[in-house]
This record gives sequence, C-alpha cells and structure tokens, in this order.
Amino acid sequence: MGLSTSVLLTIALAPLFGSLVAGFVSPFLGRAGRAVAHSVTIACMIVSVALSFQVLYQLTLGGAENYNQNIYTWFQVGQVNASIGFMVDRLTAMMLVVVGFVSLVVHLYTIGYMRDDSGYTRFFSYISLFTFSMFMLVMSNNFLQLFFGWEAVGLVSYLLIGFWYKRPTAIFANLKAFLVNRVGDFGFLLGIAAVLTFLHTLDYASAFSAAPGLAGQVLQITANMQWDAATVICILLFVGAMGKSAQVPLHVWLPDSMEGPTPISALIHAATMVTAGIFMVARMSPLFEMSSTALSFVLVIGATTALFTGLIGIVQNDIKRVIAYSTLSQLGYMTVALGVSMYSGAVFHLMTHAFFKALLFLGAGSVIIAMHHEQDMRYMGGLRKYMPITWITMWIGSLALVAGPFTSGFYSKDAIIEAVGLSHRWGANYAYFCVMAGVLVTGLYTFRQMYLTFHGKERFTVVAAHGDDHETASSDVVYDVHVSADSHEDEHHSGGQPGVLHHPPKESPWVVTVPLILLAIPSLLIGYVTVGPMLFGNWFGGAIHVNEANDVLAELGQEFHGAAAMALHGFTQLPFVLVVVAFVICTYIYVFNPALADRIKRALKPLWTVLDRKYWVDEVEYALFASGGQKMGRLFWKFSDAGVIDGVAVNGSVRLIHRSAALMRRLQTGYLYHYAFAMIIGVIVLFGGYRLFGN
Amino acid sequence: MFTHLLSLLIWLPIVGAVPVLLAGSARPMLARWLALLITIATFVISLWLLRYDPNGSVMQLQETHVWIATWGVHFTLAVDGISVALILMTTFVGILVIGGAWKVIQNRPHQYMACMLLLEGLLIGVFCATDALVFYAFFEAVLIPMYILIGMWGGPRRVYATLKLFIYTFTGSVFMLIALLYLYQKAHTFDLATLAALPLTFKEQAWLFFGFLIAFAIKVPMVPVHTWLPDAHVEAPTGGSVWLAAVMLKIGTYGMVRFILPITPDAGAHFAWIVIVLSLVAIIYIGYVALVQEDMKKLVAYSSVAHMGFVTLGIFMAFMLVREGGNTEMASLGMQGAMVQMISHGFVSGAMFTCIGVMYDRTHTRQIKDYGGVINMMPWFGFFYVLFAMANCGLPGTSGFVGEFMVILASFSASPWIALFATFTLIIGAGYTLWLVKRVLWGPVTTEHVRHMTPMTARETWVLIGFAVAVLAIGMWPQPLVHLMDSSVAHLVQQLAVHKI
Repeated sequence: MGLSTSVLLTIALAPLFGSLVAGFVSPFLGRAGRAVAHSVTIACMIVSVALSFQVLYQLTLGGAENYNQNIYTWFQVGQVNASIGFMVDRLTAMMLVVVGFVSLVVHLYTIGYMRDDSGYTRFFSYISLFTFSMFMLVMSNNFLQLFFGWEAVGLVSYLLIGFWYKRPTAIFANLKAFLVNRVGDFGFLLGIAAVLTFLHTLDYASAFSAAPGLAGQVLQITANMQWDAATVICILLFVGAMGKSAQVPLHVWLPDSMEGPTPISALIHAATMVTAGIFMVARMSPLFEMSSTALSFVLVIGATTALFTGLIGIVQNDIKRVIAYSTLSQLGYMTVALGVSMYSGAVFHLMTHAFFKALLFLGAGSVIIAMHHEQDMRYMGGLRKYMPITWITMWIGSLALVAGPFTSGFYSKDAIIEAVGLSHRWGANYAYFCVMAGVLVTGLYTFRQMYLTFHGKERFTVVAAHGDDHETASSDVVYDVHVSADSHEDEHHSGGQPGVLHHPPKESPWVVTVPLILLAIPSLLIGYVTVGPMLFGNWFGGAIHVNEANDVLAELGQEFHGAAAMALHGFTQLPFVLVVVAFVICTYIYVFNPALADRIKRALKPLWTVLDRKYWVDEVEYALFASGGQKMGRLFWKFSDAGVIDGVAVNGSVRLIHRSAALMRRLQTGYLYHYAFAMIIGVIVLFGGYRLFGN
Repeated sequence: MFTHLLSLLIWLPIVGAVPVLLAGSARPMLARWLALLITIATFVISLWLLRYDPNGSVMQLQETHVWIATWGVHFTLAVDGISVALILMTTFVGILVIGGAWKVIQNRPHQYMACMLLLEGLLIGVFCATDALVFYAFFEAVLIPMYILIGMWGGPRRVYATLKLFIYTFTGSVFMLIALLYLYQKAHTFDLATLAALPLTFKEQAWLFFGFLIAFAIKVPMVPVHTWLPDAHVEAPTGGSVWLAAVMLKIGTYGMVRFILPITPDAGAHFAWIVIVLSLVAIIYIGYVALVQEDMKKLVAYSSVAHMGFVTLGIFMAFMLVREGGNTEMASLGMQGAMVQMISHGFVSGAMFTCIGVMYDRTHTRQIKDYGGVINMMPWFGFFYVLFAMANCGLPGTSGFVGEFMVILASFSASPWIALFATFTLIIGAGYTLWLVKRVLWGPVTTEHVRHMTPMTARETWVLIGFAVAVLAIGMWPQPLVHLMDSSVAHLVQQLAVHKI
C-alpha cells in the first residue's frame, strides 16, 4: 500500500488554507475574527498532524513504500526539468511529525500568549504560513522546491521577528536576519547551480543516483587551478545551511531574532526552521559522502559553533537570549554529527532538541507572562512557588538539555560525543574537545538560568496596582507591554521600574501550561523509546546514505545493548561528570554564595567582556558589510555615476558641444580678411602636406 | 479578425486616443472611462494571441501591407512566443496604468489618457514588427508620447530629464539607423528574416554589432549609459514611470534578440564578454548605488537597471555556452530565463512604481527620510508593498525569482565566476529593497507626512491586486509562460549558433 498524493497534499495545504483564512478573512469579521483565526488554523493543524502521524505509521508499521512523485511541472526547458513534488520517506515523515506537533502546540500556546495583542489574527496567519513553508521544505523531492521552502520560511521568519513593527530593535533584527540568511542562500543557490552543472538534474533521486559519478570531476577555477566538484558542491550547499542553521560566522542573526514574540522563538528559532540546514545536509548525505574535505569543513564549523556560542550564553541576563545561545550551541552539536557522517545522529538530536528546546522557550514565555514582560533574570528569582507547572516542566527541559541520563537529550547528545571520539576525520580531535567542553558550558548556563529564575531570593517587588479591577489592570499591562517591550535588556516594560510588578506573579492559564506538559513528555521519553531503532536500527533506511568506511555509528552500535544500559553506562562517563561539576558550581554560586558571581565576573573582567561583546563578531560584520556597503554605494554613486558618467561624459559632452559651438561662432567672424587668411594657410598646408607625404 | 489581429492591437489604442482627446478637459470622466474601455478591449483582444501555437512555425499571425513601394518597404507584422508574452504584458499593464492614474491626474486628464493609449499602441507595434524600418519607426515613435508625458505632467526638473532622455536615446538610435542603412544597401530590403540570412564578413558584423548594441544598450539601459533612467523616473508621473520601467526598457533587450542575435551572430559571440561584464557590473555596482539612494523612485530605478542586467546576461551568456561548450541546453535555459525576467520585471517594477505613486499621492514627497511606519496608517498597503518588495529581491513563489533562478543556473555552466557575481544579487538586492521597506513601511509613525496618510482606496487596491495576481501566478507556475516562449527561444539559440563566415 502506497501513500496517497491527496493525503500528502492535504498535509501541506491545510496550514496554507488556515493561514489564508486568518490573514484575509478574519480581519473583515470584527471581534469574531479572532476566534475564527485561531479555531480555523488550529483545526487545519490538527488535520495535518493527524495525517502526518498516519503517514509515519504507514511508513514504519504499515509497510508502505516511500513516496516520490512530481505534482506539477514548474518549468521545462529542453531536458532541464523543475517540478513541484513530494518525496516522503521516514526522514520526511519524522520531520513532518516533529514540525507539525510543535507547531500545533505553539498554535495552542499562542491563544494565551498573544491574547491581548492587536495583531492576534495576523500572528496566526503567519505561523500557519510558516508551517506550510516548512512542510514544503521537508517534503520536497527536488532542489527547486527545497529552495522555495528555504526562502519561504526565511520570509515568515522575517515577518515574525519584525512582528512588533513599531519597535526599532525588532525591525533592525528582522532585516539583519534576512540579510545574513541571504548570505547563506548565496552559497546555497550556487550549490544548486553546481548540482545542475555536474549532475544535470534538480531531482533528488536522479542526483543521488548520479552522485558517485562526481568522483574525479573537477571545476576549473582558473587556468591552472582545479577544485574537486563534489567538495565545491557540498561546501556551497553547506554555506546555505550555515545561514539557516546559524553556524559561525553566520550565527549573528539568531540571538537578535529573539525580538519576535516568544511562541515563534520556540517554533521557528529553536525547534524547526533553524534545523532546516541540518535536515538538508542529512537529506544530501549521498552527496556529502563524496567529499571528506567538505565534511571536515562541516565538522570544524559545527564544533566551533557548539563551544563558542555556548560560552556567550553564560554571561547573558535575558532569559530568552540564554536559550537562544543554547540553541546555537546545540545546532553546533548537530552539525558536528553531520561532520562525522553521523547523519541519523544529527537528525535524532534535531528531534529531541525540537521538543526540549520548544519546551524551554515556551516555559520562558510563561515566566515572561508572569513577570509582566520582564525578561531580565536579574529581576526574577524564587518563582518556583508561584508557578509550579512551569518550574517542573522547565527542569525537565533543562535536564534534557544538559543530557541527564534517561532523558531524550542524553541519548542524542551522548551518542554524538562518542561518535566524534571514534571518528578519524580531519578535525575530529578538535571537535571532540569542543563537544566535551561544550557539555560543561551547557551545564553552566542551564543551571545558572534555572537558579536565577526559579530559585534563590525574589529580586522583584510587588506594588499593588491602582484601581480595583484586577483583571482589567492585568490585561492592560500585558497589552501595553506587547506593543512596546519583550525586549532588549536595557528597555523595560511600560513605565515601570525594572523588577517592580503591579501584582504578584502567578501560574499561566491552561492554554500555556498544557503545551508545556505536552512537550515535557517527549522531552523525557522520546529518546529512550526511539534511540534503538533510529540510531542503531537503520530506521531511516535508504533516506540516509553513509559510506562504510565513515560509519562511526555502526561502530558505536556494536556496544549498544538497549536504551537502559546506555543510560546506566552514561553515569560513568566524562560528560556526566562534567554536568555534575557544572551543577555543583552553579548550586554553590547561586544558592549558597550569590555574591561570588559578581566577584568572579570582576576577577575575569577581560574574559567576561569578550563574551559579553560576543567576540565583537557583530561589530566587525556590521562595519564590513553594512557600513562598508553603504560607503561603497556612496562612492559609486557620487564619484562614478554622478561624477564620471554624468559629470564628465554626459554633461561634459554637452559642455563640449557648447564650447565647440562657441568656437565655431568665433570662427565665423564675418571679416573677409580672416577667411582669406585661413584659405592661404589651408592652401600652404595642403600643398606642403602633399609634397611631404604624397608619393 | 484573426487575419488583422496584430494591426487591430496596434491601431485600436492609437486611434482610440482620438475620441479620448476629443472628450476634452470639460469631460474628464468621459475621457477616463473611454480610455479604460479601450485598454480593456485591447487586452481582451490580445488574449486571442494565446492561439499562438508553440509547436507551429516560429512566426505566426503574419500580415503584410505595402508601405513605401519604391524602397520595397513592407509594413509586415508577425509574432513569436516572446512577442506574444510581451504584448500580453503590455496590454495588461495598460489597464493598470489607466486605473492607477484615474483621479491622480487633474491637469488635462484627457490628454494624459490619450498619451497613455498612444504609447501602448506604439509599444505593441515594436513587439510585432518584422520589418526593420517598421521596427525603427515604432521604436523611435515611442519617445514622443514619453517625452510629452514627462514634459507635461512631470516634476520640477522635467526639462532636464526630458532632454536627457531624448538626446541619450536618440544618440543611440542614430547608430542603429546607420547600421540599418548599411544593411539595406546590401540586401535591398528591411525584412528581418532576409537580413538574418544575409552573409556578412566579421568586420561588417562587428561594426553592425556595435551600432545595434549602442542603440539598445541605452534603451535597456546598461551601465555606463544608464544615467538617463533615474532622472527620467524621478520626474515622470507615476503612469509614465510604470510604462517606462515595465515596457519601455524591454524594447531594448527585445531589439537585441531581434537584431543582434540573428544578424551578427559571429560578432556577438566574439564580443559577448563585453556585454556579460557590463551586465555583471550592472548587477553589483548598480546594486550598491541603489543601496544609498535617498529618493524612493531613484532607488527603484537603479534596481531596474540591476534587474535588466539579468536579461542581458542571460541573452549573451547563451553565446558563450553555445559557441564555446556547445551547450545548447544551458544556453536555452539562460535565454529563457532572460525572457521570463523581462516579463516579470515588467510586473514587479510596475508594481513598485505604482506603490510609490500611491504613497506620493498622499504625501507629495518621494524622500525616504520623510517616511517611516506607513504600515500603521495603511495596513493593506503594507501587505502589497512587502509582497512586491519580496518579488523585487527574487523570493521564490514570486515572478522575480524565476528568471534570475534560470539565469544563475545556466551561468554556472558558462563559468563559476559569472555565477558567483550574478548570485551576488541575492544579497545586495535584498539589501537595498528591504532596507527601503524598513525605513518606509516599518517603525513608529515619526513624520507629519505619514500621520496624514489615509488607507488605500478601492481603485488603488484593485490595481495592486492586478499586479499581485500576475506576480504570484508567474511565480507559482511559470510553465505556461515558459512553454509559450520555448520554441521561440530554441529558435533563437539555433540562430546564434549559425556561423555566417
């Protein structure tokens, strides 16, 4: 039994339908429009998710064949065909379920989080449009549609980061995100062009089957320089992944993307869109396996990202930014896994990370609601007794993030670390150091965040609000804040002092806590359940291709004796020790000796500054590209366009004509003797010339 | 009707301009409605062009009338797939231009509308002509209504702009005229098909090539002869800008396809690198210049130059691919990309200028610094503006992507270096377009100009919907357009493979 085209089309198009209704119908329905927007989009999402689960079921237990068909021809020029079509195998099905599930949960959560926002229906329209785009990306069977989905998710990300378009920081961040992503897409599109040049097709299946033919092919760069075709293709494609999955040095847009509302930080900038790069490389595994040079490149970039962005997370005070840097670091882990040819490990970490990182973001959102849109952790503390559900679920997410044994994060991350240890690829030693040190770093920023937020003394004060009607007051505050804050650390909420609340924090409503619980369950359990088949059971089948010589996972699999044994073994390993060390350090500093944190900060001032300034990467890139570009533009415009072309050539020739006309006028003096004189000179010159140069 | 379909399409708007003119300034509404009806009728009639059979002979719907008997000049018209696409775009944009100018032009609206119709008819004539002299006549005649449009309804520096426009393009035309006269005294005819088959030495071809190139490069415009365009756009009324960007620039690249490729293929192949380099300069250099513009219209005008760079790149890269690698497949792809880009740019730039017009009508300023937070006052306008901005930076799903994608794909086969520079548009194009959007659309309302803006009227909305439908339709499913032009593009690629010496 095969998968049906109409089911797949429904999965993709239902969110688009929801988006169109929320975007184009709701605004004309007045108050009812809000209910229409959320009910229609959520109903569509439920349909999509249910069908996604069915597809996954059919492909795993139902014994269905992989699906690979074109839906319609986008263009056909000669033999070059570009189509819209679906390729659905287990890799795609897993992505569909993860994306759909997290998206559904976020839709639900949004009802609570965006309740008082004037852009309520617009927000639903955007997140459904995003889901459609992401589905198109993961279901694609060719490079054209991949690029379509790739850019479409970028567009929605742009719209959502700038959702509160009145805030200067938000519209700066969304422009930055789009442009940095475009730098990645620059490489990506060149990579696609290279694929067409060398493999003569845009279709995945044909490209992959032609991939072995890449061996020995070269690209002529200059007369005496040749580059290996497979390496060029893979590095170019990976540059695209570096943009979308925020790898160093194209990572700068992701922390700034926190300007967007929290639900989309969870959905787009943690769970799904940013992992598109990882998914893409895994999908392209038959190509990447052709070039170990490219994979080494991937490995080194990933390792650098994993460690160095994590370090920045330690010094952040904004609760969302800590998680953002954590996301960068975890994306680095996935990239490292790709770099050692452990594609299924990368995708496995992608899946577990999607659940626990979405959980952490939504938990942070719940805290932010409770704190009336204060995001600075220096004004939090002791929140655990006000919001127990948020507190417990966030601990679950944190434990998964630091890879505590038995949690889902443990299975995916620990496997990556061990696989890197086994790999002999160039750069693997460096990567092993980075991912190992990264474990300590992850522990430090995660526990620090949990302590600062939920434990210790309360660092905020509650001043009773004026007016009696509690509910009204509260919703006013939330509304104001949505328009103006949710923000940078130096920009505080409506009129209030930092850390001053009008009424005590309280647990969020059920539309917020239920999604947290829904995400906490897979954060805990999904790894335990799926590690066997996904990592070691060849679950992905033909979707992922690894050359035998590179297959570190198979080597690792020989020592795998079930999920429980793996977790127990984990207790004896270095990563676990590092996590415990981090826990002890944080517990001591933030629970027993809070003054120590400042002392350490002062003692390590230079290091702290380096991290706080994020290695000055933003400044350097801004100076080089943004300011540099403008300077170059001004130079071109003022100097060559207005100066040389218009000033000298165009207006100059006008002046020339003017002057020569004036000269001519002077020649025509009207005096006969002038003309006669000129004639005599002319005759002399003519005859003289004839004598000299004639014969 | 079918035997004289092309004549009808040319003369309906031109003759229709007479009653519009006669309606007089006393009855502006009559003039407007008449003009609208005529453009709609022209569009509806132009739909019959879709009967063009891509599998049939290349030139179809042929018409011949004796024009100047003593010189053997015939008024011959015919279309191939490329002409059909361009004519359909012209007639469609024609409706939107009339709609866009509806109440905006208060000063002698009947003359304005008549001018628009005249321009439309002449542009259709350019795309139908298969006789070089007929082509030349239409090509030059287009200047007249454009000159009047800018000169009468233009901005404060309109005299400078019109002179620059006229002298610039007329200078180019002189070279074309000389080239045509040379060809005539060799072949004793202006028939393009005969000229295409005419054997020419390399030296002859080289002179002719540069003659044609100068004429068409100015019209496109290519760097470094582009500086008339920003001035003309800035001074032109919205409708003039839309015609200029959407259709008038295309007659330059269309001319290249009709004259340079078939008549001087060897010289074209030999000198293709010049055009390729200039195209890449247009894409990058002009991109940077666009980035720092302070006037919205200038910015979009420069971005037009950059986008037209893809058209010239696609056309001349085909020479390189066919002559050096024998790669007709990729040559066709690049050429097809260039053609799609022509159509797409017509809609996208037309839409961008219309958007600027919508804002200008409310604020009477085009300076970017006078704006900010327009979306707060005009939310639905914001939707269209973002859509067209995204099309302008080539987002997949919009028409702006299709042509660029094809050209970039093909360019990698020609040379990775060309691809590298061409793909740069992805960054710089997004840079200038979205920075414009950031400064104009997003943000809080900061200026008095914006504070007094009113939401879009129904008429404006319908005009923008018209553009949006075209942009999205081509972006989502370009195959019908590609199929329409496919055999004609294949024919062109064959022509440039022919060695005449």
